[in-house]
Amino acid sequence: MSHEDSHKDHAKEHQHSHGHPHPQQPDSEDEPYSHEQVMATALEELLSDKGLIAAGDMSSALDYWASKTPADGARLVARCWTDPAFAQRVGENVNAAAAELDMDIGTTPVVAITNTPDLHNVLVCTLCSCYPIGLLGESPGWYKSRAYRSRVVSEPRVVLAEFGTQISDETEVRVHDSTADLRYIVIPMRPEGTEELSEGELAEIVTRDCMIGTALAKGLEE
Amino acid sequence: MGGLEAGPVDLTEAAYAPWQKRVKALALLLIRGDKAQMNVDELRRGIEDLAPEDYERLGYYERWTRSIADILTEKGLFTAEELTVKMAEVEKRWQEQGPK
Repeated sequence: MSHEDSHKDHAKEHQHSHGHPHPQQPDSEDEPYSHEQVMATALEELLSDKGLIAAGDMSSALDYWASKTPADGARLVARCWTDPAFAQRVGENVNAAAAELDMDIGTTPVVAITNTPDLHNVLVCTLCSCYPIGLLGESPGWYKSRAYRSRVVSEPRVVLAEFGTQISDETEVRVHDSTADLRYIVIPMRPEGTEELSEGELAEIVTRDCMIGTALAKGLEE
Repeated sequence: MGGLEAGPVDLTEAAYAPWQKRVKALALLLIRGDKAQMNVDELRRGIEDLAPEDYERLGYYERWTRSIADILTEKGLFTAEELTVKMAEVEKRWQEQGPK
């Protein structure tokens, strides 16, 4: 198994690897393109020719992805922190609880796992890159990387330390492997000293990485 | 992959290139759209069926592209020849006008 991760893979996507050069097109594209980039456009056009994707479908799908951001997950977490009854409903059914906040996170079940002083949770998808897109948007490159997916299950504390996240030896660390049929979201612990913050202000301190478990929620002053 | 040895995690937050976003959008349409043609397990199987040297060489969304092409060809939505012809058209256009 190579030790490269996906960022290096991304860089490689711009290399020629199939034996013939492409002309540089500096006006429209600084990078040369790969065989697979040509294939991707050809797929779009072929499917469109065959009526399998309609005009406008691609822009709707691009808009869908662009509309999904960690702000929705943060809003859900902030509500959990301020409304114990809501937190309980999140514990029972995240998809239904999200709908209460007018979020459509799709039908794939999402399970919330709540951090406590004794238990820290962290997410991975070792098979591919399953991720709660409906709540967190597009996954970061490192979540897709071999390095993260390989190592977080065997040495989570070491990996978390690479993120600058130190977990006390007293705290159990539990790694949750997502699948295509079941995703997770971490409900981080509410930081001390945030008692006076409004729900909206709380949402601002809930970062994407807090909800993956590679970071802890920090108060505004930190 | 879980449990294998690997180097440090590269925490760079890279923005996705437009073509990568389009592959992702295409996958969404093919998996969840009104005219869905495949499912996410098939996408993953197509990735895992890549030759090991291709898997190593290709980037993340390049693997997705190859998987989608292989799975849809397998399902008979188009032939490998049709894809080859279309790719030649796209490449010729890009050589003349640059990638869109």
